[in-house]
Amino acid sequence: MPDQLIFGMEVFLNGLMAGVLYALVALGFVLIYKASGIFNYAQGVMALFSALTLVGIMEGQVPFGHLINAIFGTEIHHFGWHVPAVLAILLTMGVMVLLAVCVQKFVFRHLVGQEPIILFMATIGLAYFLEGVGDIMWGSEIKKLEVGLPQGINTLIDETTYGWFGYGFFIDNLDLVATAIAILLVSALVIFAQYTKQGRAMRAVADDHQAALSVGVSLNFIWIMVWSVAGFVALVAGIMWGAKSGVQFSLSLIALKALPVLMLGGFTSIPGAIIGGLIIGVGEKMFEFAVGPLVGGATENWFAYVLALIFLVFRPQGLFGEKIIERV
Amino acid sequence: MLDASDSYVTEDGRTIGGVVMEMKNITLRFGGVVAIKDISFDIRQGEIRAIIGPNGAGKSSMLNVISGFYNPQEGQVFYKGKLRPSMRPYQVARQGIARTFQNIALFEGMTVLDNIMTGRLHHSKANLFEQAFWKGRAEREEVANREVVEKIIDFLEIQTIRKTPVGRLPYGLKKRVELARALAAEPSILLLDEPMAGMNVEEKEDMSRFILDVNDEFGTTIALIEHDMGVVMDLSDRVVVMDYGKKIGDGTPDEVRNNQDVIDAYLGVAHD
Amino acid sequence: MFYREAGDFKTSYAEDNQTFPVKFDRYRYYAVLFMGFAIIPFLINDYWVNAIFLPFLIYSIAAIGLNILTGYCGQVSLGTGGFMAVGAYGCYKLMTAFPDVSILIHVLLAGGITGIVCVVFGLPSLRIKGFYLAVATLAAQFFLVWLFNRVPWFYNYSASGQINAPERTIFGIEVTGPNTEAWATYLFCLVILTVCALIARNLTRGMQGRQWMAIRDMDIAAEIIGVNPLKAKISAFAVSGFFVGIAGALFFAVYLGAAEAGDSFGITKSFLVLFMIIIGGLGSIFGSFAGAAFLVLLPVFLKNVLVGTLGWPTDLAAHLEFIIVGGLIIMFLILEPHGLAQLWRVAKEKLRLWPFPH
Repeated sequence: MPDQLIFGMEVFLNGLMAGVLYALVALGFVLIYKASGIFNYAQGVMALFSALTLVGIMEGQVPFGHLINAIFGTEIHHFGWHVPAVLAILLTMGVMVLLAVCVQKFVFRHLVGQEPIILFMATIGLAYFLEGVGDIMWGSEIKKLEVGLPQGINTLIDETTYGWFGYGFFIDNLDLVATAIAILLVSALVIFAQYTKQGRAMRAVADDHQAALSVGVSLNFIWIMVWSVAGFVALVAGIMWGAKSGVQFSLSLIALKALPVLMLGGFTSIPGAIIGGLIIGVGEKMFEFAVGPLVGGATENWFAYVLALIFLVFRPQGLFGEKIIERV
Repeated sequence: MLDASDSYVTEDGRTIGGVVMEMKNITLRFGGVVAIKDISFDIRQGEIRAIIGPNGAGKSSMLNVISGFYNPQEGQVFYKGKLRPSMRPYQVARQGIARTFQNIALFEGMTVLDNIMTGRLHHSKANLFEQAFWKGRAEREEVANREVVEKIIDFLEIQTIRKTPVGRLPYGLKKRVELARALAAEPSILLLDEPMAGMNVEEKEDMSRFILDVNDEFGTTIALIEHDMGVVMDLSDRVVVMDYGKKIGDGTPDEVRNNQDVIDAYLGVAHD
Repeated sequence: MFYREAGDFKTSYAEDNQTFPVKFDRYRYYAVLFMGFAIIPFLINDYWVNAIFLPFLIYSIAAIGLNILTGYCGQVSLGTGGFMAVGAYGCYKLMTAFPDVSILIHVLLAGGITGIVCVVFGLPSLRIKGFYLAVATLAAQFFLVWLFNRVPWFYNYSASGQINAPERTIFGIEVTGPNTEAWATYLFCLVILTVCALIARNLTRGMQGRQWMAIRDMDIAAEIIGVNPLKAKISAFAVSGFFVGIAGALFFAVYLGAAEAGDSFGITKSFLVLFMIIIGGLGSIFGSFAGAAFLVLLPVFLKNVLVGTLGWPTDLAAHLEFIIVGGLIIMFLILEPHGLAQLWRVAKEKLRLWPFPH
């Protein structure tokens, strides 16, 4: 087999796994959009915020330590304890639920019935706000996130492929774990949405707010729940990305990649988010592999967006989105 | 039926001219749903032509075909004697067809004056550069357009709300502003989609008066959809009746009133 | 008692159409112009110009540009940073390729080039709307920055990958390069801003502006009453790009002096300008000024108070700025979607009646 093809296969597999992570972030967007019509730009920052919180809790950092030190001239940084990963994840989840309640209570309850674009801009504001809060709470230096996930090259795949092609594929264990978790999470969400009472209520709200209200669904509760679930998805994504490349500001930018994923998949479709994520993941890795060297590299910065843009011109509703019918 | 080319004078002394617009065998489908099935009718110069029918009969779709928003799958539209090729709505508007909407479609963020001024769009020729420096045609046309618009404002008695943002107006006034915007275009055909929906008796009387005055003073041809039978029969010269996408009657109000199909449609005879 | 329309009669439509129909507003406007052109240049020094006046003037131009596209025509763009980069690199290439041509021409041409690029990325707006388009403009942002970073022709193959503004003069007075005088750069930008603002005002009060607003408020109805959506949207992208490009050119040539696409024109720039128009007021020229002033002054203010007076670390002040800006955005969207400009209008309406409100 020619070398180029083998390298290409490796790139393809890696792209697939990157795509799973994109899909994971995109899923958070789809959930909120379906239930409330809000296009949540802050999803990426929520991932960053949750990862920051997780690290902070695990390391026993004092929240707002910097601020307190600056105001009172003290020198407190850590409580001096370390919280085990599982407990810390649970606590972080609690923080994300709290965040969901606050977001609903202080922001979106006051914006019910506004145009989608206003809501979108409000989430940009929310993103800035949350980023500032995260940084002030936990400090903005790059942090390492160690929750005990396996990392490094998967030797089994390396050796097997070496046996086949005489070239070992480099596949990171973390990516494999992430893929597994993402598949699990997606299945859980689908089951939740299809078979539980809350899930049905959520879909009802997504279909028609008024009708859902009239049969006794509490909109407020559903929205808080959706934001909590989105917070949970953000936490998972935050852990994955954080373990991969450290918890830092760029985390929120990586999450921006979920936007073209959504444009490909359609904003309302969970399978769309997954397939869109895979297309973007594979597409940008392959493009960088094939065309990148010819044009100076780093095409991953823009490939996803341009692909989505071109795609949208031909199919404005995305792969799986519902067809838009215009009326007067 | 009347001969297409000759004109006649109505009882109240208005002259109705020849055919200005003719719809021939129009069929419009949305996917599998047939909204309009093989409908033909014409509109004469200077007349008030009503389209009536029960809910879902395809009246609004018909109006949307006339204003170019929907392109029918089959059939032709003749305008001023010429076959109209399929075109975008803004091109239709430029040919002198203006309309109002069933659910008011005003520009909520703009003032009443600006809303009505948009109606003067295709009476302005100034290019971007002239407008940027507010010189030449841009300045002259703005004043000329304003004069026309002020006449319409006087005509419809909305002087006091000139500079009010449209979003703040009550429903009845919004309907009037919408009519003003359509009139500002000085159209040859004016399409009114349920101009009196949701109005009380006084507002309906006002609106009827305006419609008659427009037709009388400017000689504007009017095609309107309306549910209030009393109003339709009083206002219109000829009526098209639609039901389930088909034409079931066409003629003067008296003819239509005595048409058995029409009576069946309105009294609810079972369809086969 | 001060702000009155009564007795200010107009006898022609032209008088009623002018930019400041109320006499009091007109006088205040002349007073501001007088201050800006005849008094401030004698008072300012390098610190004031670099910390406040230049960023304010230049961001005002960018905000006016974005406001035309987003506030008037309703097309949200997250690509402002990328378009400013086009203006900056366009200006740089022109300045180095034609050193004898006036910098003023270069700045205008850079605006023109940006207008064209903006139109290219605006073409999809015919098919896609709302936040779909907003995300699509991200494509412009990332692609353009990548382009200017990776293709050496754009930065004349310089080793650092940066572009540096050569020294250029107007009427023999230096306006770019390291040896400029504070008042010269200030006046240069002020003149351009004034002209831009007048053009923007003329466009938005006339037929063109009405077409844009019609598309913004209800695009389908706009098309049915005769607005050509293609022309309206494309012209908004072109005009907006022109202003944003000029802002980018000035930002690089006059303000920064040296620039690198990723640092100077990243996505944060796009958001900054977007926030300016949200806080200042969507669909208002005055709002563009107000928003630019607010977001230029806020960090300076925070830095002086928190770092200078209270002795906090700078990063803390920067993070607090994030919180404040984010919070303000949300607050304005909830309470007053038309921003500072609307607050100003409300204040004026109150003033008209004050002190006898009945």
